[in-house]
Amino acid sequence: MKPQEFTHSKYNFEECMKCTVCTAYCPVLQVNPLFPGPKQCGPDEERLRLKDPYFFNAALKYCMNCKRCEVACPSEVNVADLIQAARIRYDHSAPKLRDQILASTDFMGSLARPFAPIVNSVTALPITAKVLDATLGVDKHRKFPKYSAFSFERWLSRHEKQQASFPAQIAYYHGCYVNYNEPQLGKDFVKVMNALGTGVQLLDKEKCCGIAMITNGMSAKAGRNARHNTAIIRKAVEKGLQVVGTSSTCILTLRNEYPELLGVDNSDVREDILLASRYIYEKLENGAKLRFKPDFKLKVAYHVPCHMEKLGWGIFTEQLLRSIPGVELTVLDSACCGIAGTYGFKKENYESSQAIGQRLFDMIAEADPEVVACDCETCKWQIEMSTPYKVMNPISILAQALED
Amino acid sequence: MKFDTVIIGGGLAGLVAGISLQKEGRNTAIISTGQNALHFFSGSFESIGKPSDRLVTLFAEAGIPLHYKEGVRLMPLGTFRPSALALEDIDIFPEPRFAGKVLVVNFMGYHDFFAPFLAEGLEKQGIECRVRLLNLPELEALQLSQSGMRSSQMARILDPIWEKVVQEVRLILRDEDCVVLPQVFGMYDPSVPGLIREELPVRVAFAGTLPPSVPGMRTQQLLGRRFEKLGGRLLKGDNVLNARIDGNRVLSVGTKNLDRHQIQARNFILASGGYFSKGLKSNPFGIYEPVLGLDVEFDSDRNAWYDASFAADQPYMSYGVRTDAQLHAIRQGVTLENFYAIGSVLGATHPELGFGGGLAIRSAFTAVDSILQSASEL
Repeated sequence: MKPQEFTHSKYNFEECMKCTVCTAYCPVLQVNPLFPGPKQCGPDEERLRLKDPYFFNAALKYCMNCKRCEVACPSEVNVADLIQAARIRYDHSAPKLRDQILASTDFMGSLARPFAPIVNSVTALPITAKVLDATLGVDKHRKFPKYSAFSFERWLSRHEKQQASFPAQIAYYHGCYVNYNEPQLGKDFVKVMNALGTGVQLLDKEKCCGIAMITNGMSAKAGRNARHNTAIIRKAVEKGLQVVGTSSTCILTLRNEYPELLGVDNSDVREDILLASRYIYEKLENGAKLRFKPDFKLKVAYHVPCHMEKLGWGIFTEQLLRSIPGVELTVLDSACCGIAGTYGFKKENYESSQAIGQRLFDMIAEADPEVVACDCETCKWQIEMSTPYKVMNPISILAQALED
Repeated sequence: MKFDTVIIGGGLAGLVAGISLQKEGRNTAIISTGQNALHFFSGSFESIGKPSDRLVTLFAEAGIPLHYKEGVRLMPLGTFRPSALALEDIDIFPEPRFAGKVLVVNFMGYHDFFAPFLAEGLEKQGIECRVRLLNLPELEALQLSQSGMRSSQMARILDPIWEKVVQEVRLILRDEDCVVLPQVFGMYDPSVPGLIREELPVRVAFAGTLPPSVPGMRTQQLLGRRFEKLGGRLLKGDNVLNARIDGNRVLSVGTKNLDRHQIQARNFILASGGYFSKGLKSNPFGIYEPVLGLDVEFDSDRNAWYDASFAADQPYMSYGVRTDAQLHAIRQGVTLENFYAIGSVLGATHPELGFGGGLAIRSAFTAVDSILQSASEL
C-alpha cells in the first residue's frame, strides 16, 4: 500500500482547514441569508453527505458557481466543484420547465432563429415579460437577448473556401451566443484571425458547452454534450488545429467542468482549448503583427468575469487591450456582476443578483468609459440592463481598431 | 509573458516587495495561490521595532496609517501581548491595566467574539467589566444563515451604519471609562474605526475576532490595490508548478492556470509563506520547499523537530529555506543569483530579520534592495 494514494480527497476537500476565507469572498453569501455559504455547502457538508445523502441540503441551489471561493481558497480546495458535484449526485428532483428552457440555449436558439424578427419583437413586449414572470418565474425586469435571423455557422460556411486559403488554421468554438444571438462577434473574431494570417474553421457540429444544464439539474444532457464536444475537439486537435473560443464561460466549461464535474477526460486536448484573447496575445508575443487604425481612440473599462478569474487569464485580455494604440484602459476591481448565466433570470434570484452587481455598476459609473470590455456574454446582458453603458467583447474592440 | 520581477506569493511579504519594486518602475507580477495569512492578521506587526520611514511611507501611500508606541495590545481573551507597531485601529497601551471600568459590547448572534471570556481576562487584571449585547435589526438577516455571521459579513452591514452603533453604545454606557468592541469595522470604509473613536465620549478599544480578520482583509485589499494602481499585475488563484533553471539563474516559471505558457522574468522572489500557507511542507523524511525544491535547513533527526510540551517553542517553526545574506535562495548547493526567498518561508534562518510581520517586511526590503542594486551594476 502506498499511503500517498490516499492523501488526496476528491476536490481536495480534506485540505479545508476551516479558515472561512471563502465565506468572505462569496458574492451570494453577502446578500442572501438563505445560502449557507461555500464552506458549509462544500467541505463541511461533504463529510455528512458521504455518510448519508440525507444530509444533502436543497439550499445548494443558491450557489452561482462563480468559483470565487476557489480563487480565494488558500488550500486549493475546489469548493464550487464540490457544491456542483453534490447537486449532480444527490439532487434528483426534475428541473422546472423554466429551468429547462433557460438551460437549453442551443435548442431554443435553433427554434427561435427562423422566426427571429417575430421572436425578438414578442420577447421585447412588456406584456411578454409579465406573462413569463407570472407563469414561469422568469423575472420581469430581464431583457432577452435578441436572436439573429442568420446563424454564424451559416455565414462561416459561405466563406469556407476563402477561410481555407489561409496558411494557418484554427477551429472556432463559437458557442450558442455567437451562433444565434450575436454572429457579429464571430465575424469580428474571423477578421482578427485573418489579419494574423489564420483561417477559421468550424468544429464538426459543436454542441452547447452545457454549463447552464449543469447548474440547472440537467447533468445527463450536459454529459452527452461534453462527450460529443470533447470528441470533435479531439478530431480537430489530431488534425493539428487548436480550438479557440470567444466566451470565457464556454472555454472554462470545455477545459475544467468536463473533467471535474462530468467525468469526461480531456487531458490529451485540454491545453489546446484556448480563449481568443490568450491565443492572440501569444501570437503577438511570438512576433505576429497587427496593423491598427492610426486615429483609433476608445476609453475602455475592463470587467474580468468570474470564470475568467478562475481561468486566471484576465491578464491576457488586459495586456491585449493595452496593446491597442488609442485605448485608454481602466481595469475594474474584481467583482461579480450578479447574473451567473441563467441564475439572475430566475425570479427568486433577481434581487440578490442586482444587489451582488451593485458594486460593479458603481465602479463602471465612476470609470465612465465609452465602452465596457468583458469576455462573457451574460455579464454583458447584466451590465447593459443595469447600467447605461455598452458592453463589447474584447475581440470586437480589437477588430474595430484594426485597419480594414 | 515577461516581467522584470515575478513574486510567488501575495501575502504581506509579496505585496510589500511588489509595491516597492513597482514604485521603482520595475514591471512586477505577483502570483498567489488563494488568499493569504493577512486574513488572520492581528493588526500588529510583531518584531519590527521602530519602523523606518520607508516602511511607514509605503503603508501610508497605500492608505494604511500605522502608529508606533512601545507597550501591550489587548488579545481576544482579555490577555495582553507586547506590541510596538500596529494599524491605527489597534491600541497599544503602556500597561495592561489600561482602564478602570470597561463596557464590553458584542452583537446578538455573533459568536466569533467571546465577550464574556474577554471580560474574565480583564477582570484578572483588576479591570471591572460589564458585558452587553446589542441587537440591531440590520443584523437579523445574517442570523438566518448558519454561516452568515462572520466578521466580514458583519463589517459589510455595520460600516454604513456605524453612527447607529455609536448611538446604541451611548445609550448603554454608564460610568465606564472604556468601551471594547469587536474588530468588525472598517473593511469597506477604513475611516470607520477612527470615526467611532471620535464620536464616543470614552476610550474605545477594538479586540480581535475569529478569522477572517477585518483589519487584515482591509490591509490586504489596500496593499493589493496600491500594487495594481502602480501598474503591478496580480495573478490570483494560480500555482507555480515548475521552473526553467539554467545554471544559477531561473529563467521562467510555469503555472497551473497558464499551463504551457511560461512567465519569464529577470528576477524572482519566493514569498510563499510557512507551513500554514504551504510554502514549506513536510513528510516523514524531511521538510521541503515544494515550488522549486530549494534547500531547506532542518534537523535530520525527526525527533528533534518538535518539543513534547505543546506551549514550548517548536523547533520545526525555525526551519526554512537556505539563502545567503542578500536572501538569494540555494538549490542543490547552488546559490541562485536571481531568485530570492522572503517572509515566513525563511523560518528563523535569519533571526536578525525577526519573525512574523517584521520578517515579512524586512526581508522584502532586503531582496528588493539587492534586485535594484544588481540591475544598476549591469
